[in-house]
Amino acid sequence: MLSAIIVLTLLATVFGLILGFAAIRFKVEGDPIVDQIDSLLPQTQCGQCTYPGCRPYAQAIANAEANINQCPPGGETTMLALADLLGVDPLPLGAEHQAEPEATVAFIIEDTCIGCTLCIQACPVDAILGAAKQMHTVIESECTGCELCIPPCPVDCIIMQPVKQETRNWKWPYPVQTLELRK
Amino acid sequence: MQLNTPSSPHIHSGYQLSQLMQRVLLALLPAIVLYVLFFGWGIVVNILIAVVAALAFEALALLLRKRPLAPYLGDYSAVLTAVLLALALPPLAPWWLIVVATFFAIVFAKHLYGGLGYNPFNPAMIGYVVVLISFPREVTSWLPPEAVSGQVVSFIDALRASFTGILGNGIPPDTLSMATPLDHVKTQLTQNHAISEIITGNGIFGQLAGSGWEWINLAFMVGGIWLIYKKVIHWYIPVAMLGTLVLISGLFWLIDAERYASPLFHLLSGGAILGAFFIATDPVTASTTNRGRILYGIGIGLLVYIIRSWGGYPEGVAFAVLLMNMLAPTLDYYTQPRVFGRGR
Amino acid sequence: MIRQLFRYKGGVKLSDHKQESSSQPIQKVTLPKRLILPLQQHIGAPASAIVSVGERVLKGQMIAKSDGHISAPVHASTSGRVVEITDFAIPHPSGLKAPCIVIESDGNDAWCDHRKPVDDCHHYTPEQIREHIRHAGVVGLGGAGFPSFLKLTVGSERVVETLILNGAECEPFISCDDRLMRERAEEIIKGLMVMQHALVAKACVIGVEENKPEAAAALRSAISALAVEVEVVEVPTLYPTGGEKQLIKILTNKEIPPKTLPIEKRVVVHNVGTAAAVYRAICLGEPLISRVITIAGAVKKPGNYEIPFGISAAQLLEQVGIEEESVERIIHGGPMMGFALNTLDVPLIKTSNCLLVTDPNTVPLRNKQLALACIRCGSCADVCPINLLPQQLYWHSRAKDFDKAQDYNLFDCIECGCCDYVCPSQIPLVQYFRFAKTSIWQAEQDKKQAELAKERHEFRQFRIEREKAEKKARHKAKAAKVAAKNVGADDKKKAIEEAMARVKAKKQQQEANVSASKTEPGDNT
Ligand code: SF4
Ligand code: SF4
Repeated sequence: MLSAIIVLTLLATVFGLILGFAAIRFKVEGDPIVDQIDSLLPQTQCGQCTYPGCRPYAQAIANAEANINQCPPGGETTMLALADLLGVDPLPLGAEHQAEPEATVAFIIEDTCIGCTLCIQACPVDAILGAAKQMHTVIESECTGCELCIPPCPVDCIIMQPVKQETRNWKWPYPVQTLELRK
Repeated sequence: MQLNTPSSPHIHSGYQLSQLMQRVLLALLPAIVLYVLFFGWGIVVNILIAVVAALAFEALALLLRKRPLAPYLGDYSAVLTAVLLALALPPLAPWWLIVVATFFAIVFAKHLYGGLGYNPFNPAMIGYVVVLISFPREVTSWLPPEAVSGQVVSFIDALRASFTGILGNGIPPDTLSMATPLDHVKTQLTQNHAISEIITGNGIFGQLAGSGWEWINLAFMVGGIWLIYKKVIHWYIPVAMLGTLVLISGLFWLIDAERYASPLFHLLSGGAILGAFFIATDPVTASTTNRGRILYGIGIGLLVYIIRSWGGYPEGVAFAVLLMNMLAPTLDYYTQPRVFGRGR
Repeated sequence: MIRQLFRYKGGVKLSDHKQESSSQPIQKVTLPKRLILPLQQHIGAPASAIVSVGERVLKGQMIAKSDGHISAPVHASTSGRVVEITDFAIPHPSGLKAPCIVIESDGNDAWCDHRKPVDDCHHYTPEQIREHIRHAGVVGLGGAGFPSFLKLTVGSERVVETLILNGAECEPFISCDDRLMRERAEEIIKGLMVMQHALVAKACVIGVEENKPEAAAALRSAISALAVEVEVVEVPTLYPTGGEKQLIKILTNKEIPPKTLPIEKRVVVHNVGTAAAVYRAICLGEPLISRVITIAGAVKKPGNYEIPFGISAAQLLEQVGIEEESVERIIHGGPMMGFALNTLDVPLIKTSNCLLVTDPNTVPLRNKQLALACIRCGSCADVCPINLLPQQLYWHSRAKDFDKAQDYNLFDCIECGCCDYVCPSQIPLVQYFRFAKTSIWQAEQDKKQAELAKERHEFRQFRIEREKAEKKARHKAKAAKVAAKNVGADDKKKAIEEAMARVKAKKQQQEANVSASKTEPGDNT
């Protein structure tokens, strides 16, 4: 009995030392954690996480001031990726964000636009073109769909449209299997 | 015209899971017939009880898990588990023993892990091991062949024995029961008897191995070879497992034939053949790459010999299979085949 | 000499169902009134239209030019007037729309006059031949539609040992290549000779599956009639032998690694139909405006038809005759790799090799919804010609664990469908793999987009900061000026002037920065 205890204790110590050594010896020198978190965020810059942009949110997560489930555009995918990176438990998303969000882009109804430049000032990624008293246009490929330009518009001429589905960006649907009720 | 557009391929070979399972069941049939010839109807009663219990537990589990019944009950997987379990238990085993084993096999080993395809351990072997550990006496008391005991067990006898514990002529079956050949050799060896001494003059040993068992096992082998021919199973696991068993037992037998039983004896007594062709090849829990299957078979063969020769139990197939089940995912990972055009 | 054949692992034997369509000679179809020509009928960048609405076009006239290196032009398949250039449904698994040019036929079918037949290609350099083929819009007619001139290009230091023509045609029901080989063997051989000249290939081999003895015989007699050196090899009938890399393995024992072109192993493969198209492009000067397509399954007159591109599936099937009520599915391509159409109003294009009309009696379809669990039986791995482990790919794709799926070489899968075909649990494996692949592509796209957005956001923040700083500097300068006036001290004035000069210089520098960064926003982060 005693010998068993001694052997086990010895074994545990040896393995513990090996593990500890390996952890130090093979430590992965990665990007600073904020950069890693930031690179997982969708960079929509929408501020829906209550932080002014993706990087501040990443900073907040790194400082453990924010939860990982606050990014609606990223949806579940981003939350899971963050949980994976940080080694924490996944958190449920708010009820309204359950489904994967549909990608949208802003579109300016040019007939109504008065050229006030307010939306240009709001756009976090400079995706709106135009000058004072001139019609404005959204550069579709640059728009992140953050919707920040919608509230400032005095004449409500900005609408969100789903990103156009083309054969190029079409995705095969996940197979439907009636027998497999589990996810 | 409304047309639906699922992904290709649009046609299918028509080969179905239920067909696969039916073929395995069919391959067991010759051995079961011989079993009845040598040991009476007990095994049939076993099988019936196990099948009914398995289907009932399966249906219950499916209901609780809110799955449709028909397609899953119709895949014959529960039936196959039940038959294998029944074959592993002694004929004339009490009914509750079989029901308990089936319960653990179907509910614990299969459905708690998510049902067919998700179970890491072979359900039949889990059921068997649970009762083996909990009720060792019942699980290890086997009837000797009818020719030896002179006791003919009819279907009614077997049924009565199973439910009341009394055989037709009023005697309880355990007065008749004896150890299996493997068991016998093991206990005698521990008492320092030599093999030749143990075997000669004892009715439970036949020409090749255990009397009766030798033929039943050969019938299992015929069924298994038919399965390989029909491409239901691959040859890798049985060949690797039996090959290893024969090699290693042959080695020790050559070293000392009086202390170690012959390869033939190892092959044809006990569950080695049944295990090799029908249990270790259970695709869900075995390795799924070809090289992995060979290693998996070798592992089982080794473990069977080790447990039989030096372990606490006379038979090691169930433990060997369960131990190797744990290793299967790792084997799969490290034995991925060379992909076309890669790694040359 | 009998060529030694090799065997790739896996594959399935399928009943070929080719009899019904291959017994009839290739038939012509009546030209429809309207032809819809998608700008993308090939792999690569879509062509860009060079005609405008209302313009008259002649048969064979180029109406869209190739856009970029990997692209192919589109030619009018008959004479008429361009009536529309908009989005129409195209043959694609998504059923989505894409830009098309619509031509209203004038019924004359009048050729344009820039046909320049070449009687002997040896008078031209390989470059000239290639350019000609490129201009004629020839793409691979076996199904993928890769621009052919690219596969006729050899790097300067490469040598082509074997030029293989693929006449295996292993998918069930399809027989267009079979008929083509039987009826137009000479065209194929002549086209092959042009290809050999363009590639300076040392040897030519035609691989034909054993179930097409007539085709092989026709090719052999054409070869002896033309007195050229080409070997016709019968390869075992097995699906997917018609796959490019599988055929190369069988004929040469070379395995082409994933993501590499056969030319790196000194082999080039073209389809027999492509060879015939090259013959037409070079020897007749006709661009690619028609092809042979198989119509099979539940139709009144199954067979092979020569169709002008742009004819819609509905127009064609009307001529062939179908019973609409019993039709279950209309498959573009073969039953193993083709995709189902969601409407018949799609034009048939360069890559359309077959329309398979299914009803329960002729083609029993599989039920994809009744999949049971994977029991890891390994049947799928046994038949996978790439030697993958489909059961593992399935496991990870289903769990959306795409990194793991890629560890198991997801992208090596050729989507041949063998695994799916044999799976006893009837799991739609290929769809899982396609879902996984397209999801990964999308994630990569999203990632790129996110990076771009981040750069732009950071630049914007930098710009705002800078503007603020400039404003501040201006205010300071102004305040200093006022102060200087009040005090009037010389030294102070001097100091202010100096400060102003500094600010000015700084400002100029910043302006220079701004203009630099405006042109290249990426450099600023
Ligand atoms: S064939 Fe089907 S059931 Fe068998 S291992 Fe492959 S996916 Fe699983
Ligand atoms: S579809 Fe992919 S995984 Fe399946 S057999 Fe073909 S290559 Fe292998």
